[in-house]
Amino acid sequence: MTTQAEMQIAPSAHAHVERKWWHYFTFCEDHKVIGLQYLVTAFFFYAIGGALATAIRTELATPASDFVSPNTYNSLLTLHGTIMIFLWIIPAGAGLANYLIPLMVGARDMAFPKMNAMAFWMVPPAGLMLVLSFFLESPQAGWTSYPPLSLMTGKVGEGIWIFSLLISGTSSILGAINFLVTILKMRVPTMTIHKMPLFCWSMLATAGLILVGTPVLAGALILLAFDLLAGTSFFNPMGGGDPIVYQHMFWFYSHPAVYIMVLPLFGAISEILPVHARKPIFGYKAIAYSSLVISFLGLIVWAHHMFTSGTPAWLRMFFMITTMIIAVPTGIKVFGWLATIWGGKISYNSAMLFAMGFIAVFVIGGITGVMLAAVPFDIHVHDTYFVVAHLHYVLFGGSVFGIYAAIYHWFPKITGRMVNETLGQIHFVLTFIGMNLTFMPMHELGLMGMNRRIAFYDARFTSLNQLATVGSYILAVSTVPFLINAVWSWMKGAKATDNPWNALTLEWQTSSPPAIENFEVLPVLTTGPYDYGEHQSEEGKLPPGASPALSGSSSGS
Amino acid sequence: MLAGIILTLASLWYGQNHGLMPVQASNDAALVDGLFDTMMTIGTAIFLLVWGVLIICLFKFRRKPGDETDGPAIEGNIPLEIVWTAIPVAIVLVLGIYSFDVYNSMGGFDPDAAGDPGVQVAMLSEGGSAMPLMDAASSKKARHNHMALGIGASPDEIGVAPDVTVNVLGMQYAWIFTYPDLGITSGELHLPANKNVRLNLKAQDVIHAFWLPEFRIKQDTIPGIESELRFTPTRVGDYPIVCAELCGAYHGGMASRLYVQAPEDYDKWVQESMPIVENDSQTAADLEKLASTVALGENRSDADYLVPAAHQMGLDAKALEQLHYTMPHDSMRHDAISHELMPHDSMPHDSMLRASL
Repeated sequence: MTTQAEMQIAPSAHAHVERKWWHYFTFCEDHKVIGLQYLVTAFFFYAIGGALATAIRTELATPASDFVSPNTYNSLLTLHGTIMIFLWIIPAGAGLANYLIPLMVGARDMAFPKMNAMAFWMVPPAGLMLVLSFFLESPQAGWTSYPPLSLMTGKVGEGIWIFSLLISGTSSILGAINFLVTILKMRVPTMTIHKMPLFCWSMLATAGLILVGTPVLAGALILLAFDLLAGTSFFNPMGGGDPIVYQHMFWFYSHPAVYIMVLPLFGAISEILPVHARKPIFGYKAIAYSSLVISFLGLIVWAHHMFTSGTPAWLRMFFMITTMIIAVPTGIKVFGWLATIWGGKISYNSAMLFAMGFIAVFVIGGITGVMLAAVPFDIHVHDTYFVVAHLHYVLFGGSVFGIYAAIYHWFPKITGRMVNETLGQIHFVLTFIGMNLTFMPMHELGLMGMNRRIAFYDARFTSLNQLATVGSYILAVSTVPFLINAVWSWMKGAKATDNPWNALTLEWQTSSPPAIENFEVLPVLTTGPYDYGEHQSEEGKLPPGASPALSGSSSGS
Repeated sequence: MLAGIILTLASLWYGQNHGLMPVQASNDAALVDGLFDTMMTIGTAIFLLVWGVLIICLFKFRRKPGDETDGPAIEGNIPLEIVWTAIPVAIVLVLGIYSFDVYNSMGGFDPDAAGDPGVQVAMLSEGGSAMPLMDAASSKKARHNHMALGIGASPDEIGVAPDVTVNVLGMQYAWIFTYPDLGITSGELHLPANKNVRLNLKAQDVIHAFWLPEFRIKQDTIPGIESELRFTPTRVGDYPIVCAELCGAYHGGMASRLYVQAPEDYDKWVQESMPIVENDSQTAADLEKLASTVALGENRSDADYLVPAAHQMGLDAKALEQLHYTMPHDSMRHDAISHELMPHDSMPHDSMLRASL
């Protein structure tokens, strides 16, 4: 407390240092540099993962296996899943957290800047290893990598896969420690825990999940590596090992991983909706604590991925009930978001479109999620395209829409420039159409009998598959306007004011882009993060010490 | 409120008329579909509610140009929040009880599912072969004690022996069906209609999943662990058998057919398929026939891919299941399988697995 009080008087010593482009390629300890490094790196891997997805859909345009060999197809699906999860969505969430948490809580940097930089610099080698394995010997056992299959598909590829995940898992743990400590210990003194932005709440929940879950995955992977490379039999039934134990350890992390991927974006959506609807968030505490409830419940639902595996009846019932209960806190969030925008004065800019699109598609994934929890129904659709549809509605509809919403929303803060709204809206429309065209038909495919992870399929499924393939091409094209927009706006976009959206959270109370140590003088809170409409008539809307650019005049949307 | 009535009616209608499920070929299928229809009704209602609110917002709550003021400062509404917490709780409760009931009716709680303790697991523990022999007799250590896996007898069938028992072996990339009472081994499953059937599921190499979409049942077959599916086919016809767990490069080709036949047709098939035990030399043509039925679904368009593998695996299956048939060369099946498994010659499959023993 004393240190913070002192810092409050002492202006930042290094404020005059300017950020050069090459800093972004170095071991830099500035959380804003690291945040951007994460985001750009993650997007690079997203492009690779997307290219793999497009190849998968091209293969599936015809029932026969004619575009790639079945072995290559399995490599494509393995790398697609692994890259999208461990190198795109999780690092992108970490990037947003890195950039935003210190600014939102009024800190000058993260709690452990060196560790933060270390965490980032583990991501590129992990990712490059995985990508380069494609040219050496690529893993083929799916991103789940179940033994005994994963012990038979090739030692080199599987070994690379294991070590790549161990590295990115370590990075994730280091990042989570930083988020946790920064959120709990480095808030400006006036920011009580119930005045904290909801993004910080959701990162608190995410960090907890990472710290509990990831070590268990690491354990599973290390044992798998022993089976693979040293000939042990932890999971290998040939020597008396139990492949089901691997599944339990794997899903103990990998189900919470879904929340690790989606909770940060729940937080981002809770920031974006009130700003552009000009209304307070509806039910702040309910949304804040529902993140923690989701986080806790997320730890006790993992075996719903194993209903048709070695799971006895009573366990099936236990995990069915816990899984269904997650619908309750998730419902609280969705209804809270809807009530937030209801009756507001909504600006339909790109950020808001993606945020509302997030709700629209995520709710479909939520509904099918409850369906999948019901054991008798899951027995039918487990490992089918119904599950593929569900998980993409959650992870594409949820996480990726959320990431785009966040990028559009904070772009002016990060770059100091506005995005081009027309390109942003084209991007949204293409993404929304492409997403639904790709994944909606998969529900029917799965229900009717199409299993997942197959390079060739029954000819009666052709037309729906072709529809999905067309959708995936639209999705691929949809990233073009985004990329043009991001690059062009960064270079030549209209200059952004410090607070173009008239937002109340602290990151908007400093310059755009923020100075090296974030704040000239540490801010003092006078309003809550979402007090829109409450100080309409009052003059004191601004927290003292905030940039004067905030007042009245605004470039709007 | 009119919108509410329309929403309810639309949900009820779509819940019954979605047309998203294949035909029902067993009583289990009807039970599962009843549950699915209910969930579709509730799901449609939630979908329409959320999308309705979003679309209304899109048109009604658009900021007027030039309006720089904020919206109303509504920070919450406790009664409303209680309502939208309570409704999902109620839905979850109802769905949970309904699912529990369906699961029980299907036979999920049969304590005897997956056979007797100790007889279900067989690990390869001696000899030089890399393939585990799954028959229980040679088992030295049964790792798992009694653990019911799969779908067992329905509550009204508990204690009643099934009319037909078939042992199912999943292997890369085929299903092998053995009728222990009849001595038949086949690459296709034939079952009499309206008779209670028990399938004992095992896997030879990696995890597979035995799925009958028209019967809404699925169970992983796991090396070293036995599981069970028990059901009564109610509809004559032929249905796909699908492997639903990634099991290698030709996972998509691991398919077979289930023929549910009228009792007289089934008996006829049994007569035709009974092995002529005294004749120890099965002709190459027979093996060829088995091999092609084993690994090829009927409308598989890329049969070319699978013929060589299927041929060799058919031999392999035959050899494993009917040990009196002498394999020309024992190493051949390893070569065949490791070739399929390991596209990279640098990875000697056999030695790797041996090393792990």
